[in-house]
Amino acid sequence: MRNEIYLDNSATTPVDEGVVQAMEPFWTIQYGNPSSPHTRGVAAENTLKSSRKQLGDLLQVNPAHLYFTASGTEANNMALQGVANTPYFLRQPGHIITTPIEHPSVLKVVGHLEERGWSVSYLDVDGFGRINPQQFAALVKPDTKIVSVMLVNNELGTIAPARELGTIIERENRERQHKIVFHVDAIQALGHIPFKIPELKAQLCSFSGHKIFGPKGIGLLYADRQTGLRPIMFGGGQEDGLRPGTENIPAIVGLTKAVQLVIDNFDANLQQLKELRQALVDGISTIPNSRINSPADGAPHLLNASFPGIRGEVLVHFLEQKRIFVAMGAACSSKKKGASHVLESIGLGQDQILSAIRFSLAPTITLDQIAYVVYSLKETVEEIRNIYM
Amino acid sequence: MYPLLLVRYGELSLKGRNRKTFEDLLVTNMRARLADLPHGRITRTFGRIYLETKDNWADLAQRLQGVFGIVSVSPVLRRNLDVDHIKEGATLIIKDTPGHTFKVEARRPNKAFPLTSPELCNTLGGHLLQSFPHLTVDVHKPDFVVNVEIRQEGAFLYSRVIPCLGGLPAGSSGKGLLLLSGGIDSPVAGFLSMKRGVSLEGLHFYSYPFTSERSKAKVVELASLLAPYNVRGSLKLWIAYFTEIQKALQQTAYPTLSITLMRRFMMRIAARLAEREKAFALITGDSLGQVASQTMESIHVINAVTTTPVFRPLIGMDKQEIIDLAGKIGTYETSILPYEDCCTVFVPRNPATKPRLDQVLQAESELDVDALVSEALAKTELLVIS
Repeated sequence: MRNEIYLDNSATTPVDEGVVQAMEPFWTIQYGNPSSPHTRGVAAENTLKSSRKQLGDLLQVNPAHLYFTASGTEANNMALQGVANTPYFLRQPGHIITTPIEHPSVLKVVGHLEERGWSVSYLDVDGFGRINPQQFAALVKPDTKIVSVMLVNNELGTIAPARELGTIIERENRERQHKIVFHVDAIQALGHIPFKIPELKAQLCSFSGHKIFGPKGIGLLYADRQTGLRPIMFGGGQEDGLRPGTENIPAIVGLTKAVQLVIDNFDANLQQLKELRQALVDGISTIPNSRINSPADGAPHLLNASFPGIRGEVLVHFLEQKRIFVAMGAACSSKKKGASHVLESIGLGQDQILSAIRFSLAPTITLDQIAYVVYSLKETVEEIRNIYM
Repeated sequence: MYPLLLVRYGELSLKGRNRKTFEDLLVTNMRARLADLPHGRITRTFGRIYLETKDNWADLAQRLQGVFGIVSVSPVLRRNLDVDHIKEGATLIIKDTPGHTFKVEARRPNKAFPLTSPELCNTLGGHLLQSFPHLTVDVHKPDFVVNVEIRQEGAFLYSRVIPCLGGLPAGSSGKGLLLLSGGIDSPVAGFLSMKRGVSLEGLHFYSYPFTSERSKAKVVELASLLAPYNVRGSLKLWIAYFTEIQKALQQTAYPTLSITLMRRFMMRIAARLAEREKAFALITGDSLGQVASQTMESIHVINAVTTTPVFRPLIGMDKQEIIDLAGKIGTYETSILPYEDCCTVFVPRNPATKPRLDQVLQAESELDVDALVSEALAKTELLVIS
């Protein structure tokens, strides 16, 4: 056991030992290119096929609709840009509905499409980042063509009512020739909340390897080709022409193993995460002038809290001296100056935004460790507040 | 094409008996700057330096453009002491130099050469006018000058003059200690000090865990961008442990004075370190009136802790001028990386723009100033950046 407590699992996770083992033969022994005609290539192709098949079974979708990408960001880009690149939409851009608390890999693409003539509606979010399906239903217009929501928000853990949105979209689509395409960013959801793609009624769904104890450099897009999705890169025709580039077999094997592990161990992990999160909530509530920003019914691995008067960054560095690693706001925003767009959207004051930190848990964490975290947090918050007073 | 670079230096030649020392230093700094590029000998004659190239004169010239003390360089052709060879060389020079009007200037230290300087000018001028019908001679304001020097070792020809940084060789003016933050200004102040011959050392105040490791890495990066201009291309960077002082300052009863107090601590630490390191001046990036700590009142109160001279090379520059210069030096892109330093984390809401010395002294009377300064110095680490 390493002498550190890593609570930044939504930034990235360590790779599970079982995943490392599963990947091992594919670096130096079974290193073939699936496109090669010889035995080495055929072996790689078989690995690719069986991985895809296994992922299809695990996610309960047609494996032919699964496309490997190099990241979750790429999967989101491929989904949204891919739909917008169909000849119909190139001639006639439509209307997008999304939320203001999406990951930048969705928001920036939407912003780009806006420059290309698309109109965009952002759903209102409440103080915990929750959206309202009724408002969504009212926003759907005849030219609404794309809906994109994040199933579990990466900063707050808020769960979007994707199933309800999917039902509304399905109803709407019955009378349409040009169907609304529903994209769900499930990158933070997989392994943390129960869901099935068919139940969401999503045509597009994004995943990432390194958020679920798999390797970095691998993402996955579920895409129903009925959407007319076009490639956003061009090349050797791999992945049914939708995502060219030699397949990253070791990472694909690693992703498959990681998905299998989080699904096989789902119930036990969920139980553990819930207990850890509750212990953390209880502990933080004993710290004076603290505020939990995540909703009580949020994802079990994520907790965002503010400690007004203290800069999140300073808290991060004080805690790291105690070998506790947490994030400020969200990892993706912390390199930029200025506050988190998510925390701004849910109406937090500047003091709460600047003092926010994010804990993201893993099932390997113990309750004893959380007790130590709470103790250290309390001590540190008091120490820093004393300095600044 | 050019086997030699002619290196001109300006003010050095005025420095009388120190000249040899200055030239030695310039050559040392040149060697450091060129260390990783192939080149031949560096020789000195008649108040000039010649550098032998290895078919890479442009690369070498570009490097020398970053060495203080050099006014300009010219790529030089060498020909045998034979009029036809010299004509051929002059033709090559013309082809390599843009412009429409020219003149020929000849010098003949080697009096054994049969033609006098004016005769050589006439011969070459006539030849060139004949070979290049688009050219005319203008002896007053020519677009370029074809220079010919007749020496023992051969005939040397050049026309291009590549302007360099000027200034004095780094190290020729004594040692100075730069207070280096992660901002835009202080690296520029360091650059301008080295331009006037300062041998530079840097001092950074590190307040981890109030700031991040990345803010230190950024300062190291800035130091590494300044190091090539310094004596022998290397720079000592001192990292002072400032955390306890920051904590102590947050406790004072005068929050609007905290920046002034912080700066006074920085000055004290810098002055003590300078004394230890035998540096005769401190250097800061202050620009008058830019921020609260850089008003004349603030500078007065901050400066009062030391009798060591404090150089402020940016005092009269506007922000945009500083940014432009930082862009040219290449430090700007690093300076604007967003990692916090102690100056941004601890800024009070309303810092005093006109701090009063009596109030400052009152605030400091609550602190064990000497102990805090000594502790910061004791925990100061040294990095040698090259």
